[in-house]
Order: sequence, then structure tokens, then C-alpha cells
Amino acid sequence: MTKNGSLLEQAGAWLLALLWLAPLFYAIWAAFHGSAHVVNFDLSAPLTLDNFALAWERAPFARYMLNTAILVSLILAGQFLLCTLSAYAFARFRFPGSETAFLVVLLQLMIVPEVLIVRNYATLGELGLIDTFTGVALPYMASAFGIFLLRQAFKGVPRELEDAARVEGCGTLGILWRVYIPAARPTYLAYGLVSVSYHWNNFLWPLVVTNSTETRPLTVGLALFGAPESGVDWSVMSAATLLSVAPLLVAFLLFQRQFVQSFMRAGIR
Amino acid sequence: MSPDRRSWIHAWLLLMPAAIVLIGFTYYPAVGTVVESLWTNGTVIRPSKFAGWDNYAQVLGDPVFRKVFRNTVLFALGTVPPAITLALLMALWVNGGLAGRALVRLAYFTPTILPMIAVANIWLFFYTPGIGLLDQIGHGLGVEGHNWLGDADTALACIMVMTVWKEAGFFMIFYLAALQTLPPDLIEAARLEGAGRWTIFRRITFPLLMPTTLFVLINALLNSFKLVDPLFVLTKGGPDNATNLLLYYIYETGFSFFDGAYAATLTVVLLTLLAGIALTQFAVLDRRIHYR
Repeated sequence: MTKNGSLLEQAGAWLLALLWLAPLFYAIWAAFHGSAHVVNFDLSAPLTLDNFALAWERAPFARYMLNTAILVSLILAGQFLLCTLSAYAFARFRFPGSETAFLVVLLQLMIVPEVLIVRNYATLGELGLIDTFTGVALPYMASAFGIFLLRQAFKGVPRELEDAARVEGCGTLGILWRVYIPAARPTYLAYGLVSVSYHWNNFLWPLVVTNSTETRPLTVGLALFGAPESGVDWSVMSAATLLSVAPLLVAFLLFQRQFVQSFMRAGIR
Repeated sequence: MSPDRRSWIHAWLLLMPAAIVLIGFTYYPAVGTVVESLWTNGTVIRPSKFAGWDNYAQVLGDPVFRKVFRNTVLFALGTVPPAITLALLMALWVNGGLAGRALVRLAYFTPTILPMIAVANIWLFFYTPGIGLLDQIGHGLGVEGHNWLGDADTALACIMVMTVWKEAGFFMIFYLAALQTLPPDLIEAARLEGAGRWTIFRRITFPLLMPTTLFVLINALLNSFKLVDPLFVLTKGGPDNATNLLLYYIYETGFSFFDGAYAATLTVVLLTLLAGIALTQFAVLDRRIHYR
């Protein structure tokens, strides 16, 4: 047996890869053909763009896409701000209770906001934030995962850099801005990509919080669109599904290496 | 003010914004849920009163809960080990000298970045009775058509297969990261000693990957309890609660049946499950990972 493994293994790896791509290929194929042909699995059927036009017409996908983009940006901005500040405190300050506080923060890795949907929905109601972008975004802004990753990155920054900045007259926040944030840039990229992919795809919490076209993200809009009551056929459904995944999928295909490396970087904690 | 005192104040000020959000949406609601589970639902006429363990007794006597709990455990056991096994296999393949490995890695990873709702939409067509892809393939082989998602015996399995497809590539990433940190000379030495590939895997690679396996296992289990998105598209928890999972049941109880106290009690059950797994993580993994 060679280092590359047997031919059988190569074939196995490729077969699995094909199997893994098949559902997506199938959806792409279905989206470009008439539904009658799709049901009959007619490979010689003519190509058409009607399904996309129909899907685009029947539901405000452009609006949903905008909503998702706003939501994802809002969450990311909030996470960067809140997690940076906390991670800085945990990485570079000695204060009583810091160890305990950090362990308490880590608890959130297990108890994500979705688990407490009923209670959190009530809280949003009291704050008057139901059906707002802020309402969907707020619970995710303090992410234990983000705090953890950034704290690790900040701890790797040499103290000498901080001392040099202090000599030049930087204050606490100046040091954070000039020294720590630039040094942790790869971590920000990694965490950002993971966060964007997570929230682009998130469903349950936005489903509960939003109830109008103006706030509903793509995932929720797509679920409504696909509900059996709406009587949409397969081809249109496939087109709508592709429309919703297209932005992230295209970004992923273009920046494949960064995506995979970001997930790996975020994975080695 | 002493410099020490000033640095404490700075630290707490830096922590303040995140602390407020964490308290507001994690700790306060977690404690509130536990408290609520001990009280009855209040109405305008009848105020809420202390119920003690009554809600928990109701949970234990609830046949739907028993089904849901069984499904939740089955779902975790039926998705996590197969997904992890596949993930390890994928990582070993992609990490080795496979021809076109970048493309293969891309194929394995792609389902990870698709939303569960979109994935469920695509798979729904595979499972549709009669005209669905699965039945069409069955037809070709002369097998009778089957209502895959409408049959209580097959519905949960269908969702599990789809979930394994969606998740395996994600877990692969953790293994890939770990494989790159393995000392190559160890494997090289074993190879010089004449060890076969299987022996090398069984005696060297797999044991060295054990911490990764544990880490992925714990996180996959935690994650599996939150994986309810496909139910909204595929089955709505049916037929007859055959695919209902704990978090979905909580959602139904809270937002369709408006039974706050019961939803809170169910949430406490879920929190207990999560905490149990998390404690295992701290106990087992803390010997390896030092949070400093």
C-alpha cells in the first residue's frame, strides 16, 4: 500500500464527495427546469429562468436579503465591540474575581440564547424590542465564544508592545486600539466569518422575534415561502432556496481558503 | 487612588457592556426559568401561586414528554457518533495525499455553510412520497413507494440522515486542525518499523486525536439539543410527535399553547441536560485544556 492509500480509498473519498455535493447539484438543476420535468427527472428538459422570476415575484426576497445583511452586520458590530472590551479586561487586567467571572462567562457556551426563548421573548417584550433588528441581535452580542477567542489572541501579544505604547502616552483604550486590535486581526477575521455564517443561517430566534416583512431574515422568509399552504412547486422552491443561499455560498466559494482556515482557527481553542 | 484600584475599575468598566447583555439574556432568564417552573400560570382572576414540584410531576406523567425525551436522546445518539466517524474519515482522506483534495474538502465542507432551512427544503423533495427522489430510485429498483416523513417509524431517521450530511463536514474541520499538529516523525518512525496504515491509525493517530474526539463529541452533543430547525420545514414534530424534539416542544408549549409554567419546566429539563454534558466536559477536558 502506498502513502497515498489504495485506489479504492481514493475512489471512496471521491464518491463521498459526490454524494455530499449531490443534493446541492440537484437543487441547482431543479431550479433551472420546469417543475413537470423535475418531477419526471427529465434530464433533456430545456433550461429556464422562470422559476427565479416567479420566486422573486411571489415573496420579497430582496427585502429579506437586506434584512439578513443588516442583522448580520449589527450582530457582528456588537460582538466585536462587546467581546473586544471584555476580552481585553480578562487578558490584561488583574482584578479580584476575574477567574470566577471568566468561568461564569464560559457558561454561556452551553446556554445559548435560543434555549431560553420563552423568557428572552418576554424580556424583549418588556424592552419594546419585539419585531426589531436590535431585538434579534441583542442577545447574541455578548458572545462567550468571541470573548474566549479574543482573550487568547490578546494574551499572545508581547507585553513590550504595550509598554512601548504606554511610554508614547497611550491610555488604556489607546493601547487596546493601537496595539491589541491590530495584533489580533486574524482572529477577528476568523471569528467574523464564523459569526456571519452562523447568523446568516440562524432561524429559531429570528422566527420568534420577527413578524413583519421589514425585519424578517431570509431563513424565516424562506420557511414561510416553503410552507405547504403557499402551494409553491418544486422548481420555484429550489430557485427560492438557491436565491437565499447564493450570497453566502458565492462568498464561500470565492474565499474558500479563508473560510476553512477561519473555522479551523476558531476550532483550535 | 492607588494604581491597583484604578485598574480594577477599568477592568469592570470594560466588562460592563457584555456583562449587562449576558445577565439579561442568559443568567437572569436561566434563574427566572427555574423559579417560574415552581409556580402555576397566573391569570387576571387567579394569580400565580407556588406549585412546588407539581409542574415536574406533570412532566413525568406527560406521555408526549416521554416521547420527546426519547426522540431527543435518539437524535443525539443517531447523529453525533455517525457524523464524528464520517468527519474523522473525511479528515484523514483530505489530509493525506489524495488527488484533488482541495475540491474534495470543499465538497465535504459545503453543507456546513448552508442554512438548515434551505437544506431541509432540498431534502424534503427527496423524501416526498411517490414523486420524491428516494421513491423514484426505489421505483427503478422495483421497491414500493413509501411516505418517509409521514411514517412514524422512518420520519426521525430521515431527519437524522440529513443532519449527519449537514454536520459531518463541520466536525471534519476540527480533525483537520488537529491532524496538522501531530508530530510527523512519530508516524514516520512507525512506518520504518513496518507498521501498516491501519496499525498506525489504531495505535498512533487515533489515540493522539482522542482529545479532539472528546471535544467534538461534547460540543456536538450540546449542539444536537438545539437542532430543531428542520422540524419546522419537514415534519412540525409529527406524525404524532414521532419527530418532536425537546427544544421544539418547548417552542410549541410556549408559543402555541401559551403555557409559560410548563414551558419553563421543560426548559429546566433541557438546561439540566446541557449542564450535565458541560460538567462532563469540565471534568474530562479540563485536565488537558488550561484556560490561561
